[in-house]
Amino acid sequence: MHPLLRTVLQRLGLGLITLFVVSLIIFSAIEFLPGDFARAILGQSATPETVEAFQKEIGLDKPPHERYLNWIGGVLQGDFGSSFSSRVGFRRSVMEIIAPRLLNTLFLAGITALVAIPLALGLGLLAALYRNSIFDRAVNAVTLTTISFPEFFVAYILMLFLAVKFPIFHSLSNVSADMPFFEKLQRTALPVLTLTLVIVAHMMRMTRAAIISLLASPYIEMARLKGVSPGQIILRHALPNAWAPIANVIAFNLAYLVVGAVVVEVVFVYPGIGQAMVDAVRSRDIPVVQACALIFAVTYILLNLLADVISIATNPRLLHPR
Amino acid sequence: MKSERTKGEVLLEIRDLKIEGQSDDVWHEIVKGVGLTLRRGEVLGLIGESGAGKSTIGLAAMGFARPGCRITGGSIVFDGMDLRKASEEERRALRGSRIAYVAQSAAASFNPAHRIIDQTVETAVGHDVRPRNEAEADAKDLYTRLKLPNPATIGNRYPHQVSGGQLQRAMTAMAMSCRPDLIIFDEPTTALDVTTQVDVLAAMRDIVEQFNTAAIYITHDLAVVAQMAHRIMVLRHGKLVEEAPTREMLTQPKEAYTKTLWAVRSLAMPERTAKDVVLRIHDVDATYGGVIKVLENVTVQVPRGRTVAVVGESGSGKSTLARVITGLLPPKKGEVYFNGKPLPRALKDRDKETLRRVQMIYQSADTALNPRQRVRDVIGRPLEFYLGLKGQERDRKVVELLEQIELSEDLIDRFPGELSGGQKQRICIARALAADPELIICDEVTSALDQIVQEGILKLLLKLQKETNVSYLFITHDIATVRAIADEIVVMYQGRVVQQGLKTEVLSPPHPAYTELLLSSVPQMDPDWLTHLLEKRAAAKAKVKA
Repeated sequence: MHPLLRTVLQRLGLGLITLFVVSLIIFSAIEFLPGDFARAILGQSATPETVEAFQKEIGLDKPPHERYLNWIGGVLQGDFGSSFSSRVGFRRSVMEIIAPRLLNTLFLAGITALVAIPLALGLGLLAALYRNSIFDRAVNAVTLTTISFPEFFVAYILMLFLAVKFPIFHSLSNVSADMPFFEKLQRTALPVLTLTLVIVAHMMRMTRAAIISLLASPYIEMARLKGVSPGQIILRHALPNAWAPIANVIAFNLAYLVVGAVVVEVVFVYPGIGQAMVDAVRSRDIPVVQACALIFAVTYILLNLLADVISIATNPRLLHPR
Repeated sequence: MKSERTKGEVLLEIRDLKIEGQSDDVWHEIVKGVGLTLRRGEVLGLIGESGAGKSTIGLAAMGFARPGCRITGGSIVFDGMDLRKASEEERRALRGSRIAYVAQSAAASFNPAHRIIDQTVETAVGHDVRPRNEAEADAKDLYTRLKLPNPATIGNRYPHQVSGGQLQRAMTAMAMSCRPDLIIFDEPTTALDVTTQVDVLAAMRDIVEQFNTAAIYITHDLAVVAQMAHRIMVLRHGKLVEEAPTREMLTQPKEAYTKTLWAVRSLAMPERTAKDVVLRIHDVDATYGGVIKVLENVTVQVPRGRTVAVVGESGSGKSTLARVITGLLPPKKGEVYFNGKPLPRALKDRDKETLRRVQMIYQSADTALNPRQRVRDVIGRPLEFYLGLKGQERDRKVVELLEQIELSEDLIDRFPGELSGGQKQRICIARALAADPELIICDEVTSALDQIVQEGILKLLLKLQKETNVSYLFITHDIATVRAIADEIVVMYQGRVVQQGLKTEVLSPPHPAYTELLLSSVPQMDPDWLTHLLEKRAAAKAKVKA
């Protein structure tokens, strides 16, 4: 079997085990949360009988391990269960609540990635090429400044200037599924810009550092002595050996775009999955919370797997063993 | 090759070259006004110990200064163009195409991310010397001339997929691909085994001759440069010591310093025998990961107060043997006896007293010493750990040990970074000695040092042996060192012991085939040595065929 394929399968297997452990942790963490869902919904005045009846209706009367098995069994078949906001005769499945939100989040993350990753790589490469120049220092200073501010602050500043003072973009990003693509794009411009400012610094600095750390290698000196131009030295001789750390940072930031964008979503009223989870926690809609947590875990595992695969695929020692 | 050639026009003329290097934010002059003239087709040898400035001069011939260095004075005129006055773009156009460079470690100097052929043709294609398909065809032709195996396909491999000797030849092909007027060879065979070195030297000498390329050959090994160069310059501390045609330099060196350069080679201690055995390795097999067999049926004895040298090329299992003895790699089969009793196989099962008796000294003192520890602590820690010495008592012993290794006690508060290479290795010796061991394993302890420093270290080791009756297991690939220090020799090849016995027995013929190959591959001071050796080997091969 090809070593790359074997590694991918190995990591996938490990990812599944991780996911199983995570599902146990999610389930038991929620189990240990204080308070009783039924009592919280029905209010202080509810009689023990009504509470019991309601618990029976949504299955809370069964022992935890049985509920876990029911839940995880459903998940394996693609069914995340019913939301606690379902009523008799009106079932709301968790998927129904989450799916559009997840799509929105992936849209936002995707657009941000398309802007931020090339920008970060480009700036990082240029900063490495012109290291210690005015340009390098300026890029470093600006990107450091943007990550030093809290996201909501950056968001409000952008909103103030780009939506209120100069109304170029919408301040609210309440997109919906039936909106035409370009309108959607226009409405998400500000959150994309905010998230870009937040994640570019990290990726750009890692690109710069990974490249510069290689510039002292004998093979870079050799390239110089072969008369290779400075730009080609960075692109052809340093970058191919720097992908592993860069890919890891990119994966980490992409995962952040999916699971960590909740503050930005709230500021711009963007209907993403982060907001869905926060809402579900507030209303103690446990199946939704569990599903969101599981989706976040899958995101992390898949993106890290991708970073590993890139590290291997760009390392000839691993790809072409002796 | 050895005919003194002065014909041909002057290709490179360096005058009064001054180069400064930066350390601790202060600029020091490291090349102090050196001049040289090189004609077309001529090979000039630059020789000297490390710090003599030979590599720096070699790079300056390309108009290049390493980061932390700057060319401050003099002129470097290559074919009518002063490289110091030329623009960076003009210099870049020359590099690779008209002046090429062959580095010491081919393994580190090839980019691990690209195939060998892509790197070989990069300059020719990049400088628009020839189109890619022609350059590739030419590269394969060069691979053939350099006697690389499978010249048509070897270029498709990545650098890690071929051996060090092959990579060094591929790098020569890379340097040749634009047919430069001048090649700088910077210690190109230093990292290779002697047996590999012979072929690489022959290949390089041939190709330089075929294309009438001028070359500067930089090395610290006089015997090697004698095979390659028409003329030799001896450098020390950034200054020229003397310059002469090769034969003259070998037979009548004028300066005292030049004479000391082959000091170790003249050091030869008569062997001694002993009955009492300290260490006995009995029928040991060892594997890495349970699969790759690196030692097979190895049986070795080390007599008390004597030195056993283990020789062989890289991959022969010498260092693995040390790992087995120290318990870092428990053997798969067999036993290690110390003073007649079996040693626990794994390091973690050995008590402090057992650990104390076997100490180790490594090749690279730079990596073996903690850069954040002062000499006082480096030597003091084993004193405290093994012997329980503390405070003043400990310091007194540290000073005593410094005296024993012939270093001033003023060095006691220095960090390793503030010591010279030889001093650092002496500190490593003192650290091993601090435990008052019965056996010290020396793993290539002089390989990274200059000849004169080597001689000092070897003399020190012999002196310490006389004083403390300690035994040495001396791992090395250098036959000259073996002659200098060993009582007994163990020759290893591919994880097996090929031959062992007293020094005179092993070094005098008849030899088993591998010992013969190893011994005959050691360069001799005779400038015709390589030519004669190749003739002899070719004749032997022809005889086998017939």
